[in-house]
Amino acid sequence: MTSFVKPFIRRKNEPTNDLGLVRADYDGAMSTLCAGCGHDSVTATMARAFFELSIEPHMAVKVSGIGCSSKTTAYFLRESHGINTVHGRMPSVATGAIAANHQLAYIGVSGDGDSLSIGLGQFVHAMRRNVNMLYVLENNGVYGLTKGQFSAAADIGSTAKKGAVNELPPIDPVSLALSVGATFVARGFSGDRDQLLPLIKAGLKHKGFGLIDVISPCVSFNDHKGSTKSYAHAYKYYNPAIHADYVPPSQQIKAAYAAGEVMPVKLHDGGEIRLRKLENGYDPRDRAAAIGKLFESGESSEIITGLLYINEDHKDMHDMARMEDRPLNQIPYAELNPGAAKLKELQKGFR
Amino acid sequence: MRPTNTRNPDYFHKVVDCQWACPAHTPVPAYIRLIAQGRYSDAYMLNRESNVFPGILGRVCDRPCEPACRRGRLEEEPVAICRLKRVAADHRDDITDQLPKKPAKTNGKRIALIGAGPASFTVANDLAPLGYECTIFEKLSEPGGLMRSNIPAFRLPEQVLSEELGYILGMGVELKLGHSVDSMDALLEEGWDAVFVGSGAPRGKDLNLPGRWDTKDADGVAGANVHIGIDWLGSVAFEHTKAIGENVLIIGVGNTAMDCCRTSLRLGAKNVKVMARKPRAFFKASAWELEDAEEENVEIIVNHSPKSFVLKDGKLTGMVFEVMEYEIDESGKIISQNMTGETTIACDDVILAIGQDNAFPWIEETSGIKLDKWHVPEVDEATFESTRKGVFFGGDAAFGPKNIIWAVEHGHQVAISIHKHCQGKMLSGRLPNEVDMLPTKMGMFEWRYSNSYDDAARRKMTHVELTKRFEDLDVEVELGFTAEQIATEVERCLNCDIQTVFEASLCEECDACIDICPVECLSMTPDAEDEAELRASLSASEIIEGQALYVSDALPLTGRVMIKDENVCLHCGLCAERCPTAAWDMKESLIEIHYADEQDAEQKIGGGA
Ligand SMILES: Cc1cc2nc3c(=O)[nH]c(=O)nc-3n(C[C@H](O)[C@H](O)[C@H](O)COP(=O)(O)OP(=O)(O)OC[C@H]3O[C@@H](n4cnc5c(N)ncnc54)[C@H](O)[C@@H]3O)c2cc1C
Ligand SMILES: Cc1ncc(C[n+]2csc(CCOP(=O)(O)OP(=O)(O)O)c2C)c(N)n1
Ligand code: SF4
Ligand code: SF4
Ligand code: SF4
Ligand SMILES: [Mg+2]
Repeated sequence: MTSFVKPFIRRKNEPTNDLGLVRADYDGAMSTLCAGCGHDSVTATMARAFFELSIEPHMAVKVSGIGCSSKTTAYFLRESHGINTVHGRMPSVATGAIAANHQLAYIGVSGDGDSLSIGLGQFVHAMRRNVNMLYVLENNGVYGLTKGQFSAAADIGSTAKKGAVNELPPIDPVSLALSVGATFVARGFSGDRDQLLPLIKAGLKHKGFGLIDVISPCVSFNDHKGSTKSYAHAYKYYNPAIHADYVPPSQQIKAAYAAGEVMPVKLHDGGEIRLRKLENGYDPRDRAAAIGKLFESGESSEIITGLLYINEDHKDMHDMARMEDRPLNQIPYAELNPGAAKLKELQKGFR
Repeated sequence: MRPTNTRNPDYFHKVVDCQWACPAHTPVPAYIRLIAQGRYSDAYMLNRESNVFPGILGRVCDRPCEPACRRGRLEEEPVAICRLKRVAADHRDDITDQLPKKPAKTNGKRIALIGAGPASFTVANDLAPLGYECTIFEKLSEPGGLMRSNIPAFRLPEQVLSEELGYILGMGVELKLGHSVDSMDALLEEGWDAVFVGSGAPRGKDLNLPGRWDTKDADGVAGANVHIGIDWLGSVAFEHTKAIGENVLIIGVGNTAMDCCRTSLRLGAKNVKVMARKPRAFFKASAWELEDAEEENVEIIVNHSPKSFVLKDGKLTGMVFEVMEYEIDESGKIISQNMTGETTIACDDVILAIGQDNAFPWIEETSGIKLDKWHVPEVDEATFESTRKGVFFGGDAAFGPKNIIWAVEHGHQVAISIHKHCQGKMLSGRLPNEVDMLPTKMGMFEWRYSNSYDDAARRKMTHVELTKRFEDLDVEVELGFTAEQIATEVERCLNCDIQTVFEASLCEECDACIDICPVECLSMTPDAEDEAELRASLSASEIIEGQALYVSDALPLTGRVMIKDENVCLHCGLCAERCPTAAWDMKESLIEIHYADEQDAEQKIGGGA
């Protein structure tokens, strides 16, 4: 055998979701990433989130740019829509797709290279518009696909595999997101799925732009001593500060909680996010506090994770731009294209 | 929790479900791999080490391995283990020169073996090559025990049986046919160094209902046309009985009943009904035997409890049954029963197939061998020694009727005991099983076994056409596997003896193994006090009795533990393939079982002999 595939096995007595699908129905093609890559772990967690939310695969859209991280959209939800755009252009393609049909579940997958260098402008504007999607940024501090050059997320003092030291300050996608208007901002770690899974579920159910910056080590080019994005470093400085659970509308009565311990945030779909503070006095609905906390943790080089900020009240792109509610493919052609005469009339109004 | 001790030889052994379930612990996946490579003779010899009669067992084994097979937990049907065993036997070359030889000189110890069934033959197989002078006494004119007298030739051809018994006789074992042992005391007088009782459970149960003894045959003997199943099958096998009436009722629905109904059809019966007292879920017969009987148009009638025999002019004309109704609870247990009426079913003959008992009319109390009131001897479960030193029991004679593979396993254990007894050693000082772990990695994506999962369904054995089947009593019904069937079936085996072996200190906690595992049986989780808590982190965990949860040492980065549910692992090796640090590896577990010939290992080393 020269390579291998993960077989699809439908076992008897396997657990199913509300749609009667099994977990493996949410898998995709076999990953071609390096064995041990953090991205694969994120992929598996995304697949599980869609499974647990009982989202029909054909009602989901995966969008990505270029990079090892961006390749992973092929490795889950084999029966969904998807597009690999050119490098850094995923946010605009996603924005266009959502404008055309905002009733699907959108998940963008990108890397620190794809989002923070060539794609930075697009990334920022999608957040600013509060486009209704979940954007998962798999952050390994390098351009993995092109063999490990420092990305814009590399920390000062972090070393490359052959010893070169990075002197440029990093762009922190989380601080950036907070400053430009994203309404769901979180950080996770590929090594802690108990935290990441509910974050992804909550992010998918949040209305507006959700960013999850996931520390996701590159085992081949950035997992050495001296790297601040290695497994060992991430496990060591990892601080799960706020845990968020997504509770769907149907389960709200069952999942009782003691007041005071948990902060509930109501979502548009009728479900809610329950925040468990693992640290005293932190309120993720307070943007200034979130920014302060980030700067504080930056000094101690700890990696603060969890749902750092949420604002469920802000309008998303669709509402702000007062866009058509029906997906374009469901509008009768005559209505969609009222003809040249109508266009002329419209143009008159702008003269 | 405490990390799993995989050095305990039973740990990995248990993972190999089939081998663990096999009374003789036949290394199933290992022989299936040999078959896959076309090494039929090697597969045969590997089988022979543990089960002694691969050709026989490849046809008629009770196959406790199959319901245990892991494949049956993943999908509906287990690997056709038994059929593959037959493949090894059918396609082997002449292996006689690989068999243990009759030693040039005996050791002077004389062993008497009573009954020429599989139990005695196994004892002789293990002891004769060591120099013991074994003599088998058999009251019938042919050796083989129930395998000859009761298992019909259409399931087990005579030549297959004779050939495998012949291998053992060729080791210098003496066989005294037509020699019934009628007094244990007298036998003991003869001064044997050890005596083995392998005389089976020879008494078929009777059914003393009204009318049972009122029929008369031509000579005026009472009870005509009502037969005891095992006696009747014996008399057919030895050609004393050559015919039966057109309408036959079989009472009972165990394996003996299945042989009786199918044999009746071959002796001219046109209309055979198997009468069961309870519903189908309570049948004792193996599923495949029922299937084979029904294929031959035997009718199985449930919920009929026999009440009396019906006679006309001293001739049997039918039987009266009470029609039953049962209330069954969710767990499948009968909670109440109710008689709803009576019915008479016409017949010419009745065959009683309702069980067998032990019977030792020839063992005197003075022998010092204790029997309980049901004639079951008091036998040590590990050494098989009776209450008289030097007298051992095995096979059906020891604990009541079982099957061939149990008789074989008893035989191995008895041979060890006799060997120790003759050396004046403690019988309990037996060598424990050991486990050897052998590497299987050959390179990138390359393992020393076919690790990729094959989703083919179980192959179906082809049978001789119904019209041809009844031409003669000894037309073997099963034709054996074709080349295509062999090629497919061997790939269905999951190689459960190629074990996942974990080295915690190498783990990077990257999740690669957890994600690749197609059955989601791995997880990393904070250590917990009890197993249920650990299992909660597995997304697809069902608790199956007897299936272990592997718990690793603490992992280096976070102190969590790696856990693995042994229940559904496919042994596909993808975890090991995917692990960047080779913390997971696939190793072949070789369970070393020590038979009589290896019991002197310590002596060999010490004495330099
Ligand atoms: C109808 C039927 C079908 C069966 N089918 C199967 C099957 O498909 N698969 C399976 O695994 N098992 C089957 N069995 C069970 C199996 O045959 C027995 O469990 C097995 O043969 C027991 O072996 P044994 O060596 O203990 O004794 P036996 O095979 O019973 O052999 C005992 C021998 O001792 C002889 N003997 C008894 N007393 C004396 C004496 N005093 N002196 C001298 N000789 C004596 C008997 O004549 C007999 O030949 C079947 C049993 C029956 C009745
Ligand atoms: C326009 C363009 N410029 C440059 C490249 C080369 N390139 C491919 S992937 C990549 C960076 C990917 O880094 P990141 O998004 O962090 O993904 P990773 O592989 O680390 O997951 C670059 C620069 C390209 N494919 N296209
Ligand atoms: S190069 Fe790095 S980022 Fe790319 S697949 Fe390999 S480990 Fe993952
Ligand atoms: S799959 Fe193969 S090794 Fe595993 S239990 Fe079944 S026969 Fe045995
Ligand atoms: S061998 Fe490894 S990957 Fe395959 S089923 Fe078993 S644990 Fe899972
Ligand atoms: Mg990167």
